[in-house]
Amino acid sequence: MTVLVGKNTGVLVQGITGREGQFHTQAMREYGTRILAGTSPGKGGTQEQTIPVFDSVLDAKEQFPAIDASIIFVPARFAPDAVYEALDAKLKVIVVITEHIALHDEMRFVELAREQGSYIIGPNTPGIITPGQCKLGIMPSHVFKPGRIGLASRSGTLTYEMASSLTKAGLGQSTAIGLGGDPIVGMSFVDALELFEKDKDTDAIVLIGEIGGSAEEEAAEYIKTHVSKPVIAYIAGRTAPAGKRMGHAGAIISGKTGTADSKITALRDAGATVIDRPIDVDQALRKRL
Amino acid sequence: MRLFEFEAKDAFRRVGLPLPRGQLAQTPDEAEKAATELACPVVIKVQILAGGRGKAGGIKPADSPKEARKVAEQLLGATIRGCTVRQVLVEERLTIAQEIYLGITVDRARRRPVAICSAMGGVDIEQVAEQHPEKIARILLDPVLGLREFEARKLAKTAGFKGQAFLQIAALTMQLWKVFVENDAELTEINPLVVTSDGRFVAADARLNVDDSSLFRHKALAERVDAGVSEQTELEQRAARSGMTYVELDGNIGIIGNGAGLVMATMDAVQYYGGTPANFLDVGGGATADRMTQALSIVLSHPAVKAVFINILGGITRCDEMARGIVDAQKSLPRKAPIVIRMIGTREKEGADILRTAKIPFLDTMDAAARLAVQEAKRSKAK
Repeated sequence: MTVLVGKNTGVLVQGITGREGQFHTQAMREYGTRILAGTSPGKGGTQEQTIPVFDSVLDAKEQFPAIDASIIFVPARFAPDAVYEALDAKLKVIVVITEHIALHDEMRFVELAREQGSYIIGPNTPGIITPGQCKLGIMPSHVFKPGRIGLASRSGTLTYEMASSLTKAGLGQSTAIGLGGDPIVGMSFVDALELFEKDKDTDAIVLIGEIGGSAEEEAAEYIKTHVSKPVIAYIAGRTAPAGKRMGHAGAIISGKTGTADSKITALRDAGATVIDRPIDVDQALRKRL
Repeated sequence: MRLFEFEAKDAFRRVGLPLPRGQLAQTPDEAEKAATELACPVVIKVQILAGGRGKAGGIKPADSPKEARKVAEQLLGATIRGCTVRQVLVEERLTIAQEIYLGITVDRARRRPVAICSAMGGVDIEQVAEQHPEKIARILLDPVLGLREFEARKLAKTAGFKGQAFLQIAALTMQLWKVFVENDAELTEINPLVVTSDGRFVAADARLNVDDSSLFRHKALAERVDAGVSEQTELEQRAARSGMTYVELDGNIGIIGNGAGLVMATMDAVQYYGGTPANFLDVGGGATADRMTQALSIVLSHPAVKAVFINILGGITRCDEMARGIVDAQKSLPRKAPIVIRMIGTREKEGADILRTAKIPFLDTMDAAARLAVQEAKRSKAK
């Protein structure tokens, strides 16, 4: 079944008529993603690449009850409203591609999503892909191949780097999830670990973390008690200084928290294999599988 | 972004938080006049966008208007914690009976705001947290419901306050919550919150960091940043204006890449092979040729750079655009240094053709390129 999205997932694109929305809708469709409808307030009744466009998420859902996931390409200022609308329609998976959403808005919609049991992936994420079945994101699809490795990452391009290392080594992926680079994101490493541990199509899990926050330390705690599958981890930012934001809003060492060392130590103590370079992933996995 | 103390205090004033009497001064004249009008002993505090100014000599007392002028003469124009002092805040000097810490920030792990209070104020709160964790009260808040009054009372009680002080702290916490929400704060704190010898509660210092992504709601702050007044260095600002992120480091290999994680991994790879990164530069997603030229110009402006490592993994970023930007930079930039390129992904073939025509070599793995960049930096004669 793989994790969260598969070939039967019915997808809604919010912001389908914008430049990004149009471009990635085409790419996702070419990949085989089952896109049923799009929204763009004021453009209801029109079509985008033969996909019906609606004014609201509820209108779309009424026409296509099979919609259970949404991907959002709405500019930062309006994106929180788009997320609230998707939550209001009780969609189960909401992928928020948009970068630079205000922190307070993120805290509010992440809280609401947790209360109702919806998964928000992102914000500031490349999305989620179950290779060969469903791409709900903006990643270059050719680096991913179907297989049995679960991938969860706080960085977009590093996900591609790692996936391409895995694919070259003949290790395909069950599902790859971009968690997003913001300080507050919906889905966490712990959520991803829980799903991959339960998934019968996943044999091992690769985590790509980075400096800032304590998501990797929490992942380590969870691995100790709940994860039986091998976990390989890579942490970016060993050479990053304290107090400086390294591109991602969330990648900042504050005081003594958020250092690469702390994350690496916690993960090693929990039994994960921590690799020094992305290319080491192949060997590390073969040792553990 | 970090706010000046006086800006934070303006925000505090708007919600009615009690502040010391004071005035902003840009010249010694203004400082003297401020002290005359306050008609009491004063403190003079430099207004800079950096912490630790007290220890660096940026906060000084003055007992008379004449002395206030003298102190202002010393401080204005001085460099403290790497910042040039352009303004000072002249404030009444408080007689301190007790110093309290009160703050609201974001608990990333719990994804919620957290209110923090301690009777041990006036010192670094992280130090207190380390040495006396029992002296710190913390309450996680619901970001949708906001801070409720009973929670504010619970915070004050847990921090050990009783009677009038307990009610006062609870009320001040409610006001500080308003500052937090109305300003899209990442962090706001009063440290110290002073209880004066005559029993008044006064926010002696004020800190407010505003979320950069919320600046569309805070026009005045956005304008200040646009005018170049921010905690960022000149090169950092130049990069930001072109939609890129640049952070200066202390090594000698310039680093450029697309995607924050990839750039960090590139820095780490350089260190793994024995080199030291001179900077972090993320050109962002879908960058154009022009942006890559800008990126090289910024990285090469740093005199320590002996070699540059460009790491492109094309997704929405196209290799042909990046290659064109590199070729343009090679032609137009005055300062040269060896450039090592790793380039794969979207439009890789087109990009490769452009580089080949310009006789610029490139590699296809991060590790081979990192190793080469370290060698190039060692034998480079770039000045």
